Amino acid sequence: MLELKNIHKYYNPGTVNEMCLFQDFSLTIQKGEFVSVVGSNGSGKTSMLNIICGSIPIEAGQILIDGKEITREKEFKRNRKIGRVYQNPAMGTCPSMTILENMSLADNKGKLYGLSRGTNKARIDFYRENLAQLGLGLEDKLHVKVGSLSGGQRQAMALLMSTMTPIEFLILDEHTAALDPKTADLIMELTDKIVKEKHLTTIMVTHNLRYAVDYGNRLIMMHQGECVMDKTGEEKQKISTDEILKVFNEISIECGN
Amino acid sequence: MNFAISIVEQGLIYGILALGIYITYKILDFPDLTVDGSFPLGAAVTALLITKGVNPYLTLPIAFLVGAFAGTLTGLIHVKCQVRDLLSGIIMMTALWTVNLRIAGTSNVPLFSQQTIFKNDVIDSVFPDALSKWKTLIVILILALISKVLLDIFLGTKAGYLLRAVGDNATLVTSLAKDQGNVKIIGLAIANGLVAFAGGIFCQEERVFEISSGTGAMVIGLASVIIGTSIFKKLTVLKTTTAVLIGSIIYKACVAIALRNFEPQDMKLITAVLFLIILVINMDRKKKVKTNAGA
Repeated sequence: MLELKNIHKYYNPGTVNEMCLFQDFSLTIQKGEFVSVVGSNGSGKTSMLNIICGSIPIEAGQILIDGKEITREKEFKRNRKIGRVYQNPAMGTCPSMTILENMSLADNKGKLYGLSRGTNKARIDFYRENLAQLGLGLEDKLHVKVGSLSGGQRQAMALLMSTMTPIEFLILDEHTAALDPKTADLIMELTDKIVKEKHLTTIMVTHNLRYAVDYGNRLIMMHQGECVMDKTGEEKQKISTDEILKVFNEISIECGN
Repeated sequence: MNFAISIVEQGLIYGILALGIYITYKILDFPDLTVDGSFPLGAAVTALLITKGVNPYLTLPIAFLVGAFAGTLTGLIHVKCQVRDLLSGIIMMTALWTVNLRIAGTSNVPLFSQQTIFKNDVIDSVFPDALSKWKTLIVILILALISKVLLDIFLGTKAGYLLRAVGDNATLVTSLAKDQGNVKIIGLAIANGLVAFAGGIFCQEERVFEISSGTGAMVIGLASVIIGTSIFKKLTVLKTTTAVLIGSIIYKACVAIALRNFEPQDMKLITAVLFLIILVINMDRKKKVKTNAGA
């Protein structure tokens, strides 16, 4: 279970440009939930993910995982339990290292990076199998540098790498936004498959309303640092893109856009 | 012939230094100016120990450790005090000048009568007289190869993978639940260790410690790395570390040939101009800046 309690977040505090994003923001995500988060630009979606992962500090509030406070815990320590895929496919892989080296790196997450051989030869077949399920032919390119792969291939690898070791949370930050529609569909299906297989608690920020409706079992719409819509269970199953779009437009009109 | 041998000798010594710079510049993407201080640091430590009667071979690992310590400090200044990479190197470089003077006692320590790694009873008895001309070169070659092979092995370990990852994509290292700052510090420590190791060898080969021997070391190393990596870019069979060593020999040859037509005091100018020419021909930096800006 992940809890955000009374979060306060200001950007540029103490200057004329001070901007309050979250004022007393609270959110609880149950174990095993797959939450889709939608909302306009600047509504605080990515900031929320950054706060959960510890990439940005908060001014006040608490972050708890399974009741244990992690507010002051450093980003890299939190990442032991968290896998994250970014919008930019380049963020999840090392371009100048080969596919095999990247997989080996990811496979060792949570363990010591010591002086033993970087690639465990006994695991190569396992990596190959994993890559084969992507259906992109990457299993035959183990010694190709990741930098020469396409964005979609890299994102698929990033997804695979971030979920390779046992984690509890999967954070997806518009991870299909930089891909073409067909590749995006493929990555989305793959995400759903991995989340179901590994029973991951997932938070997915997306601008694609169709994905938000089709995938996951909870839907949140954010606006100016608040949750303006929160549908779970049957309500979530029944909701349609038109309905979300309507709420979306209403908010935008309030803002004068 | 003697001219060629001395070029290869110098090239290999500076090649070990270039291996260190390969770690910081190519792998970590960190322009590390500590090198100008850690190279004479290794030399100063070696000179002090040799005049105190320590076994000349033992001075080299000690020089490595002292250099690694200097690199660690640069890393701590950069990571913990959040000083910019270039500035942290400059701070350490400046501080090390005094440290080197304090260690060595004076700005110039001759080692003419002492035993060195190139001239001692064991070496003299092992090598027949016919090979005496090659003696220094063979010892340097062995040391350079040991450094290269150990570095290759290290880069193939899990720790080495992480080091390569941090310069490539620091975010990924954080995602792997590792502190990227610590990985950078380790990288800087190894790099400066190698540089000080080269400094120790250099001082024994020249049979003198000179406080100013480090001035321009960074430029020489960087030029070697760029020559090596760009000439042998297409030759993927060749390991980058080998390419760097060869690059260093090529660079030393260029400088030596240029010096034949100039006075010795022109050396730094030639070094600088040659470096500029290499940069312009290679355009490596420009590309790098572009990709960094795009990311």
